[in-house]
Amino acid sequence: MRSVKRSITGKGIVLFLQGVRKDFKMNRTLYLMILPVILYFILFKYMPMYGASIAFKNYVPVKGISGSAWTGFTHFTRFFNSVYFIRLFKNTLIISLQTILWGFPAPIIFALLLNEIRTKWFKSSIQLMTYLPHFLSMVVIVGMIKEFTSTNGLINDIIVFFGGEANALLQKPDVFRTIYVSSEVWQTIGWNSIIYLAALSGIDEQLYEAARIDGANRWKQTIHITLPSIRSTIIILLILRMGRILTIGFEKIILMYNPATYRVADVISTYVYRTGLLEMNFSYSTAIGLFNAVINFSFILVANRLSRRYSETSLW
Amino acid sequence: MENNMKISKSYRLFQVFNGMILMALCFVTIYPIIYVIAASFSDGAALVSHTGFLFKPVGKANVDAFKAVLNNPNIFIGYRNTLMVLTLGTTFMVMMTSLGAYVLSRRNVKWKNIIMMLIVFTMFFEGGLVPFFLQVQALHLTDTLFSLVLPFSVNAYNLIIMRTSFAAIPYSLEESAKVDGARHWTILFKIILPLSKPVIAVMVLYYGVAIWNGWFWASVFLTDRNLYPLQLVLREILIANDTSSMTANQDVIDTVNIAETIKYATIVVSTVPILLVYPFLQRYFVKGVMIGAVKG
Repeated sequence: MRSVKRSITGKGIVLFLQGVRKDFKMNRTLYLMILPVILYFILFKYMPMYGASIAFKNYVPVKGISGSAWTGFTHFTRFFNSVYFIRLFKNTLIISLQTILWGFPAPIIFALLLNEIRTKWFKSSIQLMTYLPHFLSMVVIVGMIKEFTSTNGLINDIIVFFGGEANALLQKPDVFRTIYVSSEVWQTIGWNSIIYLAALSGIDEQLYEAARIDGANRWKQTIHITLPSIRSTIIILLILRMGRILTIGFEKIILMYNPATYRVADVISTYVYRTGLLEMNFSYSTAIGLFNAVINFSFILVANRLSRRYSETSLW
Repeated sequence: MENNMKISKSYRLFQVFNGMILMALCFVTIYPIIYVIAASFSDGAALVSHTGFLFKPVGKANVDAFKAVLNNPNIFIGYRNTLMVLTLGTTFMVMMTSLGAYVLSRRNVKWKNIIMMLIVFTMFFEGGLVPFFLQVQALHLTDTLFSLVLPFSVNAYNLIIMRTSFAAIPYSLEESAKVDGARHWTILFKIILPLSKPVIAVMVLYYGVAIWNGWFWASVFLTDRNLYPLQLVLREILIANDTSSMTANQDVIDTVNIAETIKYATIVVSTVPILLVYPFLQRYFVKGVMIGAVKG
C-alpha cells in the first residue's frame, strides 16, 4: 500500500518536473524578459525583508547582516518599555484617524456636489483647479505652509483681524495637527474625488427615472440610489486607507515638525527615520519599523476580512 | 403638479448654493497659489509690512527676486540633476514596468501567478527604512544619481495598471503576428506598446511626477551637493530658511526684505514647469486614476 502511494507521488513529481522543463523551454524568452523585474524585486524588496532580521540582532556594519550576533527580542522590549512608545503610538493613531475622519469623506461629498453641476465648463474648471495641489511637491507645499503660518503670514493676519494674537503657528503643539490635517484635505480633496466621480458617472440613469416616478426627491435619490451605487468603491478605498493607518505621510511631518512640536507631531515612521538614519541606531530602528509593518499588515488583513463578511467587497 | 414645482424650486435653490459652495472651495484651493505668485513679484519691504490678502504684487512690481533665484548656482544644479534623472529615470522605469507587465499579461506561463503574488505582497509588507537604506548602500549606489532610479525601477501598483491594460488588447492581433513569425520582443515593441499609448502616458506621468517631486531618498542617499535634485535645494531655501546663497551681496535690511520675496520666487520658479504642462496633462490624470481603479 505504502509503496504504491510513493510510486504515485514519485510519478507526480516526475510529471511536474517535466511540465516545468517544458514550460521553461516554451516560455524562455518571457522568463528572460521578466528577469530584470524579478531581479529588482529581489534586490530592493525581498533583500530588505531579509535585512529586517537585524531587528533581532546587534547589527554592526563591518560584520554585516549575517555576521552580527543575535539578541532576540531585546530591541522590541526596549521600545515597548521606552517613554516614546505610548507617545508615538498615540500620535500616529490620532493624526491618522483625524486625517481619515476629515480627509476620507471630504472627496466623497465634493464628488456628490460636483456631480449635481450640469454646466460643463463650470464643472471642468472646478476640477482643473482642485486637482492642481496634488501636483505641487511636498517641499513646496510645506514651504507655503511655513510662509502662511509665520508670525506675519496670511493666516496670522486673518487671526489678528478677528481680534486674535499672532503666533508662530508651526511652533505651537496644540495647532500642529490641525495644520497638518487641514493642509492634507486641501491638497487631496480634488484628486481623490476623481475615482468617485467615475463611479458616479457609471450609475444607470434609469434607476433615477424609476425613483422619480415613485416620487423620490433629489435627496431621497441620493440616499437610496447614488450612495448605494458607489458603496463598493468607498469600501475598497477605506480598506486600502485602513491598511496604511500607521504609515501616515511622514515626509510631510519631517518637513513640518521641529523639537517644539515633537510631543504631538512625532509618529512611528518619523521616529524610525530619526533613530535609524540620523542617529544610526540601525537595529533598534529596524525593530520599530518591523513592528509598524506587522501591525499595518494585520490591519489590512482584518479590514479586508471584515469588509468581505459585511459587504461582499474585498481586495482579495 | 404642485408637488413637482416645489421640488424643482427647492432643487434650484440647492443648485445656487451648491455652485457657491464649490466656488468657495475653488477659491480656497487656488488662492494660496495666487498669493505666492503675487508675493514673488512684490517689493520686499512692502511685502514685509503688508497684511491680509494679496491679489496683485504690493509695492513696485519687480523681478529682483527672480533674478536672485535664477542667478543662484544651486538652483541651476538642482534643475540639471532633476531633469537628468527625470528623462533617463522615467524612460528606464517605464521600460522595466512594460517588460514585467507584458510577461505577466501572457497566458500559459506557469510561474506567472506566483510571480504576481510575490510582487503584490511587496505592496503590503516591506523590510523598512533602514534595511532598504543598507541594501542600497551595499550595492554602492549611494552618492550616485542611480540611487534615485534603480531602487525605484518598478512600482508594483503601476505594474498592475499596465498589466491590466496589456491584457485588454485582443489576443487575435498577436496571434496573426505570431503566424507571420513574430516573437515576443517584436510583439511587445511593434504591437503592444504602440497600442498602449494612453497607459504609457499615464506611466510617464506617474513616474515623472514622483521623480520631479522626490526629495526624501535624495536627502538620505546623497551627500555630494553637486548631485542634489531641485527639491533638495528647495528644502534648504524654503524649509531650512537658508537664502544666504542668494543674498550674499545685499546689505542687511535689503537682505531681510528680499529674503521674503526670494522664497516666493523660488516656489514659482520650481513650480512653473508643472503649471505649464498641467493643462495638457489633465486628461491623462483622470485616465490614470480610472485605469488604476480597475482591480488587478
